[in-house]
Amino acid sequence: MLEGIPITHVLIVSAFMFFAGVCGFIIRRNMITILMSIELILNAVNINLVVFNKYLFPDQLQGHFFALFVVGIAAAEASVAIALIINIYRRLSSISVDKVNEMKY
Amino acid sequence: MNYSLTILILLIPFCVFLFNGLLGMKFKPVISGLIGTTGLGIITVISYLTAWQYFFVDGMVDGSFPKVTAMSMHWLTLTPSLTIDMGILLDPISVMMLVVISTVSFMVHIYSLGYMKGEKGFERFYAFLSLFSFSMLGLVVATNIFQMYIFWELVGVSSFLLIGFYYTKDSAVAASKKAFIVTRFADLGFLIGILVLSYFTKTFDFNVLTGEDHSIFASTAGVSFLGMSVMTWAALLIFMGGAGKSAMFPLHIWLPDAMEGPTPVSALIHAATMVVAGVFLVARMFPVFYFQAPDALTVISYVGGFTSLFAAVIACTQYDIKRVLAFSTLSQIGYMMLALGVSGYEGHEGVGYMASMFHLFTHAMFKALLFLGAGSIIHAVHSNVMQDMGGLRKYLPITHMTFLIACLTIAGVPFLSGFFSKDEILVAAFEHNKILFAVEFLVAGLTAFYMFRLYFNIFWGKEKHYHHTPHESPLTMTIPLMILAFGSIFAGYIPFSKLVTADSMPFVTHLDYAIAIPSVLIGLIGIGIAWLLYKKESLIPEKISKALGGFYQAVYHKFYIDEVYIFITKKIIFNYVSRPVAWFDRHIVDGTMNGIGWLTVTSSKGIKGLQSGNLPQYGMVFVLAAIILVLVFAFLI
Repeated sequence: MLEGIPITHVLIVSAFMFFAGVCGFIIRRNMITILMSIELILNAVNINLVVFNKYLFPDQLQGHFFALFVVGIAAAEASVAIALIINIYRRLSSISVDKVNEMKY
Repeated sequence: MNYSLTILILLIPFCVFLFNGLLGMKFKPVISGLIGTTGLGIITVISYLTAWQYFFVDGMVDGSFPKVTAMSMHWLTLTPSLTIDMGILLDPISVMMLVVISTVSFMVHIYSLGYMKGEKGFERFYAFLSLFSFSMLGLVVATNIFQMYIFWELVGVSSFLLIGFYYTKDSAVAASKKAFIVTRFADLGFLIGILVLSYFTKTFDFNVLTGEDHSIFASTAGVSFLGMSVMTWAALLIFMGGAGKSAMFPLHIWLPDAMEGPTPVSALIHAATMVVAGVFLVARMFPVFYFQAPDALTVISYVGGFTSLFAAVIACTQYDIKRVLAFSTLSQIGYMMLALGVSGYEGHEGVGYMASMFHLFTHAMFKALLFLGAGSIIHAVHSNVMQDMGGLRKYLPITHMTFLIACLTIAGVPFLSGFFSKDEILVAAFEHNKILFAVEFLVAGLTAFYMFRLYFNIFWGKEKHYHHTPHESPLTMTIPLMILAFGSIFAGYIPFSKLVTADSMPFVTHLDYAIAIPSVLIGLIGIGIAWLLYKKESLIPEKISKALGGFYQAVYHKFYIDEVYIFITKKIIFNYVSRPVAWFDRHIVDGTMNGIGWLTVTSSKGIKGLQSGNLPQYGMVFVLAAIILVLVFAFLI
């Protein structure tokens, strides 16, 4: 599938995804959006894992399996995060991170 | 050999103290008085039984009185070999002290039922009296020097509490503080002495310290500090504690002021029992002093001799009757210290030790009698001062008779108890040191003089104008007077040389007429001079005091020792030690601490903004830090 596409192109895509995630994480105020940004970061990493595996060690499968693990863990993490967000919403009637600064000091 | 009852001697007064102190105010005052008196009565009986059993039933073992440890338990274990015990040690001097303390304390308890009647804080008074009895009895039966130290401090506290009994009176509060601070200062020396002693001997136990085996002192051989052997230092420091409690010069200043307390307290604590604790301490440690630190004994004899002369001279000029008695006490305790200082150890050599204990015993009787008599007089006249008294013999017949007996006893008139004990002290002094003997001989005359100056001024002379006719005190006060008068007369016939000696072995004494007759004569001369000067009111004493001029003034002001102390403490120590130290404390020590606090507060104010709770900010910092780390790793490594 990746035949003929240089590795740099794929890495540029993943780097773009990664920084898009980071920017979203920093800039956005909506917690769901932040969660989505985290997913973007994780998936950028997934692309890297798969691509490096494919181009550097084509006869091995560790990279693929790691990508699968990351997907699983991301799903679990997303469910926990959503649960937290629901609770925060019940408490504060808001999911803006600006409202959740009670835990300082 | 069963002394299990002796534990009650300590338990009863302590329980009475707790009861009166915690619950006394819930009952009528007289109930706490009666409980205290009954408790002391029981203790007196037990003490007498113990003494009877110790001296006459069990008696001597191998020709000497043994040291019996009636009870002992571990209290603190410092190292496996060095422990602090609590227990009861019976030997001739502690048994004798049990008798003295319980007798005098019992008399004072009865007397106070009358004297303190209607006073505010009656039950408090009895609670403190019980506390005092407890601590004093615990002190004399201590099995080791540390237990003794603990009870020693307790005695000091109860003395403080009782001197300051009238706590609304400024002078009483000042006197109690003075007594406490001066004795506490001396106890510092005592504590250091104990530590030095136990550091070298690895024991606190009297049985070991004063036993036959001197090898425990081997480690002190050749150790010296500032030119004196370490044992001399230890002995002198321990004696410093004793000198503080026994009010030896120059630590005597608290005792005359302590007369601000109620008169029965003066009789019990500041005449008969607590002030002889120092003498008892030296007697208890006597083998240590004698074998390891003979130089310290010489110091003790000179301090004792000087104090006895010094106090006797001052006593001749004082007008407050209780102060006269206080200086008389100082003088007599000086006698006892001197006798210990000149004593030897074995057989008849130890006559000084025996004489000291003998005089302690008789002195407790007649001085308690004098103080209680003075209390009875004060009760009748409502004044402490001699000028307000005169011609009281008609109004106070019993007090008059018993007071006369006590005066005769202290003056050393033959066949009364003071004669025998004082004679033994003079013999001991004569055998050892002629100068000290001369001093004591002179003091014997002075003693007779000032006691009869007191007596004639109170009971003879012109009658003063009294607000109401003086009346004899109630029976609760006169009965103790009579009992103590009986003791003062007959205590001298107790054969002390058979019972209480330095090496616990009896020896034979006899009256030394070459010393007894002159000492009686000088006593009679003293009485005669007092009779001439004070029997009838005359102007001669005033003329004499005018003629002496400056010297009289100096004596009247107690040689300005108090002023010297105040000068030293207020001017020198305050200005040159306390103030710089206080400045250092406020500015350097406190400044360092405050600086650390200030630094912490300021820096935390500065950095608390970092933890804002603002999630995107955290993310920003995280990402920037990650980028910086990556750059660092990429370009620097």
